[in-house]
Amino acid sequence: MALNRRDFLKCAALGGAAAGTAASTEAAAAFIRPPKEMPPKAVGMLYDSTLCIGCRACVDACKEANDMPVEMPVHLSDWNEGTWDSPEDLSGRTLNVIKAYRHGTMEAKDRETDGYAFVKRHCLHCVDPSCVSVCPVSAMRKDPETGIVTHDPDACIGCRYCVYGCPFGVPQYDLDNPFGKIAKCQFCTHLQEKGQTPACCDVCPTGASLFGLVDDLKEETERRFAMQPGTLYQFPRGNLSEDRPRHEAPVPKYIPAVYGPNEAGGTQVHYLSAVAFEKLGLPKLPKRSFAQVSEGIQHTLYKNLIAPALLLAGLAFFAWRNARKRDQDEA
Amino acid sequence: MATAAHQPLARRIFTPTMIVLAALVAVAAYFVATRFMYGLGAVTNLNQGYPWGMWVVVDIVIGTAFGCGGFAMALLVYIFNRNQYHRLMRPALLGGLFGYTLAGVAVMIDLGRYWQFYNLLLPWYAQPSSVMFEVALCVLAYVIVLWIEFSPAFLERFGLYKVRDFLRRFMFLFIALGVLLPTMHQSSLGSLLLVMGSQLSPLWYTTWLPLMFLVTALAMGYAVVMFEATVVSNTFNLPSEQPILAKLSIMVGWMMAGFLLFRFAELALRGDLVHAFAGDLNALMFWIETALFLLPVAIFLTPGGRESQRLMFLGAVALLVAGSLYRLDAYLVAYTPVQNYTYFPSVPELMVTVGVVALEILLYLLFVKTLPVLHAHEPARTPKAR
Amino acid sequence: MDVTHATRGQDIDFDACLREGADEPLPGLGGITRRSLFKFCAGVAATMGLPAGAGISMAKAAAAPSRPPVIWLHGQECTGCTESLLRSYHPTLETLLLDVISLDYHDTLCVGAGKQALDYKHQMMEKHKGKYVLVTEGGTPTKNNGIYCQVGGKTQMELVREAAEGAAAIIAIGSCASWGGIQAADPNPTGAVGTHEIIPDKTVINVPGCPPNPYNFLSTVLYLLTFKRPPELDEKNRPKFAYGRLIHENCERRAHFDAGRFALEFGDAGHRQGFCLYKIGCKGPETYANCPAIGFGDVGEGAWPVGTGHPCFGCTEKETAFRKPIHALAQVATYTPPTAFPEVGAQKGEGVSPGAAAVVGGAIGVAVGAGAVLMKQMGEKKKDSEGTGAA
Repeated sequence: MALNRRDFLKCAALGGAAAGTAASTEAAAAFIRPPKEMPPKAVGMLYDSTLCIGCRACVDACKEANDMPVEMPVHLSDWNEGTWDSPEDLSGRTLNVIKAYRHGTMEAKDRETDGYAFVKRHCLHCVDPSCVSVCPVSAMRKDPETGIVTHDPDACIGCRYCVYGCPFGVPQYDLDNPFGKIAKCQFCTHLQEKGQTPACCDVCPTGASLFGLVDDLKEETERRFAMQPGTLYQFPRGNLSEDRPRHEAPVPKYIPAVYGPNEAGGTQVHYLSAVAFEKLGLPKLPKRSFAQVSEGIQHTLYKNLIAPALLLAGLAFFAWRNARKRDQDEA
Repeated sequence: MATAAHQPLARRIFTPTMIVLAALVAVAAYFVATRFMYGLGAVTNLNQGYPWGMWVVVDIVIGTAFGCGGFAMALLVYIFNRNQYHRLMRPALLGGLFGYTLAGVAVMIDLGRYWQFYNLLLPWYAQPSSVMFEVALCVLAYVIVLWIEFSPAFLERFGLYKVRDFLRRFMFLFIALGVLLPTMHQSSLGSLLLVMGSQLSPLWYTTWLPLMFLVTALAMGYAVVMFEATVVSNTFNLPSEQPILAKLSIMVGWMMAGFLLFRFAELALRGDLVHAFAGDLNALMFWIETALFLLPVAIFLTPGGRESQRLMFLGAVALLVAGSLYRLDAYLVAYTPVQNYTYFPSVPELMVTVGVVALEILLYLLFVKTLPVLHAHEPARTPKAR
Repeated sequence: MDVTHATRGQDIDFDACLREGADEPLPGLGGITRRSLFKFCAGVAATMGLPAGAGISMAKAAAAPSRPPVIWLHGQECTGCTESLLRSYHPTLETLLLDVISLDYHDTLCVGAGKQALDYKHQMMEKHKGKYVLVTEGGTPTKNNGIYCQVGGKTQMELVREAAEGAAAIIAIGSCASWGGIQAADPNPTGAVGTHEIIPDKTVINVPGCPPNPYNFLSTVLYLLTFKRPPELDEKNRPKFAYGRLIHENCERRAHFDAGRFALEFGDAGHRQGFCLYKIGCKGPETYANCPAIGFGDVGEGAWPVGTGHPCFGCTEKETAFRKPIHALAQVATYTPPTAFPEVGAQKGEGVSPGAAAVVGGAIGVAVGAGAVLMKQMGEKKKDSEGTGAA
């Protein structure tokens, strides 16, 4: 080995500093994998917080449709012995949940100060899902047609990386079960196969949860945004088909943004609201999906295993040569 | 090289230390049994916001970094051909063996659906884009490689010298693998966090996470060798390895100086250095880490520092704590779940970790007392009654 | 007089209060016995949520020799409120009219007619000036000086103002008198308004409903008689005892709402099974009234619109009935979201337990201690080895 240790270290230190200089976000962008496209027949949901009345029919319907157990938070267990389902958040036993934003005297709905608002939490069915990207055993999959993100418990090893990696905190592992599994909204695929509407949208009395093709829902959003607040509008319920009775209500004053299309690579579930999305606990996220970054770097490093193979060859050569040299020295 | 280059340490096996360690292991075993009967929630404080806790971060992420002694020394001895360090090789390998094997055990305790673990090996389930997939396979392969690398100790113990010599011919391949695999998965332990994005503080989140984790893993590997050599020579009254360690420490010092320089330069260029002055917990942890990384640099790069056994020991410990803290912060402290969850390990959870560490020490002691691990020294041949 | 608080929580011995001759017909009350009068008043007191003692006070007030005079004016209406009142059974109409109050003028029930009736009204208004109770039923048109509703050549506006002048208390019965009702629905051709808008300087107790439950009206009247002041009112001047809570809160179909079981259209499977009517436009969630609690017509449980399968149309709310389409969904008007809702951003998870802190502290302590001992040994050994020159 001719390489002098001192030289090596100097090179390493200099190289490190040089790399540091180049390590701006733009340089890092070179690694990033191109974004994924919305599947052609992507199905989605439009959740309109202003229409939600907090009746929690969706939570109940979801439990029934997906055969999930009743949830009883520990701090309520002294008066609730499991007869009243009262989920506090998504968990291994709850696939969707209605939460309330409260402020001050809570006088009016959909107002930020001294008001309140409801929000529904469940899987947003990302276009480029982190959970699918991180799952080591392909238990999380994204349907190439409909874009629904599904989970296969028979593949899952329970590493919970999907729980850790989801930017929305959606997949959850049932920690209180020795044979627990990951629970997440799979958009009632079993009902959709039969041509039915997902349970939460099907039951929603106001159409706050609306099921449909993502493109159709985008049009619906634009219709609502195009109308003057206060004008009466026939709000669809359940899905966008004409065979369900609609209901008439004034168009609320939305904040002029949709949550979902521009968050972490885009989602198939979109939110409308009259209060800021952060107030509803929807995290502020960059436009790019995090899977693009992690997969980009990973794929760069391990492309066709060329780099590791070359490294192994080099290492083996040095190890072999050095071992032979040592044997000769000893001999 | 003579066959007696390494030899078992002829000491009593059942010392009070061993009994205390065994008791701690028994406590941990009780809680592990509870976890398998009633689920993770019955033992841990894991929740919907913190799916990974003490077990993943300390037992696996930090545990394997402690096990990098074998990797770091192999790189130095076999690849850069620094033969003078060869006498530290076997104890370092043994440390790695336990670090990794017990991390594997911890994985099985922590995995929710451990009975389907083999799905990782089934090609139709493979998901090569997943960093976790790469880490899991690499660690699994490395554990096997470590046992092969260490197998001469067993073979010598049972007098199977022919097998040992046969294996020796192919050892270069395993040595190469034993360097390649940790390079891959120790860097990937950083890549695991790339997907965390905005959930991780910008003080830790960088696209260079793989490099940061690899360098700190190497540093911890060397630190653990220094630590181990110092402790063993002191505890068992063996001659000090100080001169070799002092040489080693110069290299580690420069490496860590480069690391710190890179870390700050990268943060500054990214414009995220301001977060270090935010005055919050993340900033505090960042500065504690920095101080702990600086201490060994200062000690190792001054002649007075590295020649003093005490100071060098202190430097090695500081480096180990710094590297561990870096991992703990990146995985738990600097991580903010989407929903407002808090986490601190429960007592049973901590006791399992303590038990795993106790088992590691216990097995290390057992192995050096029964197998030819430590470099042969004159005094060891005439064991004192102790 | 105010026994409300004095007797709260005590058992009232009715027989003791009634004393002797409780079952004898009372001379001043046209044949009703004191026992039945007490029973009626106790029932009314219970409706209002007052203690039993208040019932006795009411009975005494009602049995007093001078029955309070009542002037009852009709505007734009259907007489449904009166009709509803005629169908009350405790007391029966004749008890009310003949024994409890002195109904001096009522367009529908007057014995006399024409000038004779109007003259008597004026006579009574003079005689009982400042003492009579004015009840208005029906809306008051205001467009074109209110020419769309006239009695005896005077517009309803004039009649209301005139009668209000000497009234001790004014009650607007029904939605029309309260806020115009169906006449005031778009486009409101006659400019109909509620009584209180004609006499803005007077307190008008609104007893809205289409029709209102007669017992809400009776209870209000008896409260006035008894305590000489109106019962507690809400911001729309409705007695709180009757209009204090949402229909949604006491609705017998509430469980279906909570469980997400809705009728989707009239006659469907859900409707036949008695599911929640919210989806077909029930206004219960935004309507304040006691309908589900007391029902109509004294025929037992379930005798109210939602009970019979029709969505509530919000008749006691100014902004709802005749203004919102029947099929339009209600705004759920709970004042605050129920406390059972999980909060956005609520902190969850375990903190540092003392035990865990002790374990962590202990582990760090052991590590630091062991390290310190080792370092101390190193120092000693160094001296040692220097001294002996061994190894």
